[in-house]
Amino acid sequence: MKFSMERAALLGALGHVQNVVERRNTIPILSNVLMSADNGSINFVATDLDIEISESTSADVAIAGDVTAPAHTLYDIARKLPDGAEVSLSVGSDGRLEVDAGRSHFVLPLLPAGDFPKMTADDFTHNFALGAAELARLLDKTKFAISTEETRYYLNGIYFHAVAPEAGSAHGKLRCVATDGHRLALCEMAAPDGTDGLPGVIIPRKTIAELRRLIDGLSETVEISVSEAKIRFKVGSAVLTSKLIDGTFPDYDRVIPKDGDKKLVIDNGVFASAVDRVSTISAEKSRSIKLTLEGDNLTLAVNNPEHGNAREDLMVDYGAENLEIGFNAKYLLDVTTQIEARDVHFSLSDPASPALVTDPEDDGALFVLMPLRV
Amino acid sequence: MDNKGLCQDCGAYVAQRAAACPTCGSHKLLYHSELFDLSIAHVDCDAFFASIEKRDNPELADKPVIIGGGRRGVVAAACYNARVYGVRSAMPMFKALKACPEAVVISSSLANYAYEGKRIKKLMGELTPLVQSLSIDEAFLDLTGTERLHGVAPAVTLIKLQQRILREIGVTVSVGLSYNKFLAKTASDLDKPNGFAVIGRAEALDFLAPKPVGFIYGVGPAFSRSLKKSGIITIADVRTRSDSHMMQKFGEAGLRLARLARAEDFRAVKSTNIRKSISTETTFDRDIGDQEELTDKLWQVCVKTADRAKAKNMAGGVITLKLKSRHFKTVTRRRTLAEPTQLADTIFQTCLPLLGAELLDKKNGKSTGQKFRLIGAGLSQLCAPNGDSGDLLDPKASLRRRAERASDIARGKFGKDAVIIGRSLNKKPRPK
Repeated sequence: MKFSMERAALLGALGHVQNVVERRNTIPILSNVLMSADNGSINFVATDLDIEISESTSADVAIAGDVTAPAHTLYDIARKLPDGAEVSLSVGSDGRLEVDAGRSHFVLPLLPAGDFPKMTADDFTHNFALGAAELARLLDKTKFAISTEETRYYLNGIYFHAVAPEAGSAHGKLRCVATDGHRLALCEMAAPDGTDGLPGVIIPRKTIAELRRLIDGLSETVEISVSEAKIRFKVGSAVLTSKLIDGTFPDYDRVIPKDGDKKLVIDNGVFASAVDRVSTISAEKSRSIKLTLEGDNLTLAVNNPEHGNAREDLMVDYGAENLEIGFNAKYLLDVTTQIEARDVHFSLSDPASPALVTDPEDDGALFVLMPLRV
Repeated sequence: MDNKGLCQDCGAYVAQRAAACPTCGSHKLLYHSELFDLSIAHVDCDAFFASIEKRDNPELADKPVIIGGGRRGVVAAACYNARVYGVRSAMPMFKALKACPEAVVISSSLANYAYEGKRIKKLMGELTPLVQSLSIDEAFLDLTGTERLHGVAPAVTLIKLQQRILREIGVTVSVGLSYNKFLAKTASDLDKPNGFAVIGRAEALDFLAPKPVGFIYGVGPAFSRSLKKSGIITIADVRTRSDSHMMQKFGEAGLRLARLARAEDFRAVKSTNIRKSISTETTFDRDIGDQEELTDKLWQVCVKTADRAKAKNMAGGVITLKLKSRHFKTVTRRRTLAEPTQLADTIFQTCLPLLGAELLDKKNGKSTGQKFRLIGAGLSQLCAPNGDSGDLLDPKASLRRRAERASDIARGKFGKDAVIIGRSLNKKPRPK
């Protein structure tokens, strides 16, 4: 095998795939990237056995062939080469990979391409397309609520599913939900064609992170294919295939409070910075913050016997009866970051019942927060 | 004051060079030039567990008594009669019995010892608020400034304490009196049992100088060996090295040793040890392998742990399940919670899968048939009891939480057994 390409193109392609490669691997070949050179193009593939990312790019192929080389090392070499350099990669007479650029020369060990684990292609039953920005929105507004608790593996991802059209509406919704039992985030959009009867799937956290990197800042369309056990995202020349979490996502709908009769409207930016300020005191794990609502006054308070107290008053729009309720400060901040409008809306009922948080300018997103005992 | 000494038996002042106490006639007299100036004390019970057993069973008085569990166990305590034969704490039981075959072996009843230990601590607490417990049967006391309060010097107060503990609890204690914690602890070991030893500023350095480094608490055989390699054998040898040399060579422990070698110890006697965990465990009458039965026992310890957490107004972010197999192998399994709890239900629900995993053979997915003698549940990473927000996905958990809070109020009013859940009744005799 022998090919050469511009350093920027090599860096771009490796940059997309190398991140999926774990830093420590018990199976040596999983540290490698598979490079297949053929017909003026190179295909790079990396995998951790759960996720496979591949990227094709054009190159000047002198001799076709397949090899696997250490992904992180190759990426680091490409990163450190001067901009505009022409990089040539070839298998030397001793069976090792020789990388040449200008006056730099590297020799890397290779592993046989035949040993590289390829993810079996599934029969994808559903195919549809989304704009990269739309997909990014779905992920961003939900991924912060993904659980890290391994015992509840079915919560370690985003539940991606189609919702049948409501009465009187022609179109269904494509919806993402994530929860860790303490908060829940939901974001939806009008379902694109091809999502009818889409099975609900749970996309693992790492896949979400890789996908998000892949589509960052793009405006292209992302082609999505779903089977029972796998999901595939295709954007430009990159393809990400991932296994899905084999589990049942809980019935989240009954978690979303529908009877919160106490409406609270706060300027989101003012609220977020006040919560951040007051929570400086709460070094404890629970980071609990107490909200006291009296008329149009909201008092945020943190009481900590060891670290001190903090208090801040805010003017708010609240007409219901007085209420004291506690929340985890971090969870409040996570939610306020997702609100795009000037104001944030809370629907509350009592100190022990979950709060519903909504964005007045985005009815496709909602958040649920479980209160803390204060 | 002309009276330079004290009678160790009655606490009376005695004149210099007296042959016997003029008040009680005792010959145990205590003289020291700094006797009335020192105020940091270490009080240590003598062969505590054995002494308690002897007190409760006078027939044992003159017999060698060893406290320890079974043939497989180790010596938890040995009375002074047994020590004559060479029996020591932490010695394997079979070795101890070889050294002293006629010893009376008693299995330990920790609850009883803990109870008596607490009574002793209470007596100490009446003398000064600065009592720092080191273990069940020893403590540091800072009696600085109590002379005006008690009308007598700390040394006298301590002799009276020694007598009061003997009278009210029925065990002897040894007292070490000095000007810092290290020397006080060293002193209490010098005149055991029922002793009273003093190390003053004048002689502290000379007293320590010829002692081997292992004499210092915290310098074990391994550390002694590495010190020996550098030519440090006695405490005087340590003083020939600079602090920075000791620090470079032996790290933090080296610096500590260098300071202690000069009898420098500036740690204050602190009355409150910061609590790190709250836990309860129970040893069964017989080994249990049945999952249901273990689950019942688990619930009991969870309730007790939760009760104690609530009483202390604390919550914990880490839950630990402890199991001891019938072969005395202890396993602990811990889980970090997303937020701290003090509720029995949460502790129980967290421990349940951990218990299940221990009973299951990972290879074939079948029960291991393993039997256990002890189960325990604990909370650590303690903090204020905020949290327990409930689980969005398990509305029943929220109900159980509310039920627990409500039944706690009832239990507070009408006693611990006012409200219990059905599980607690399993295998319990019905009330008559």
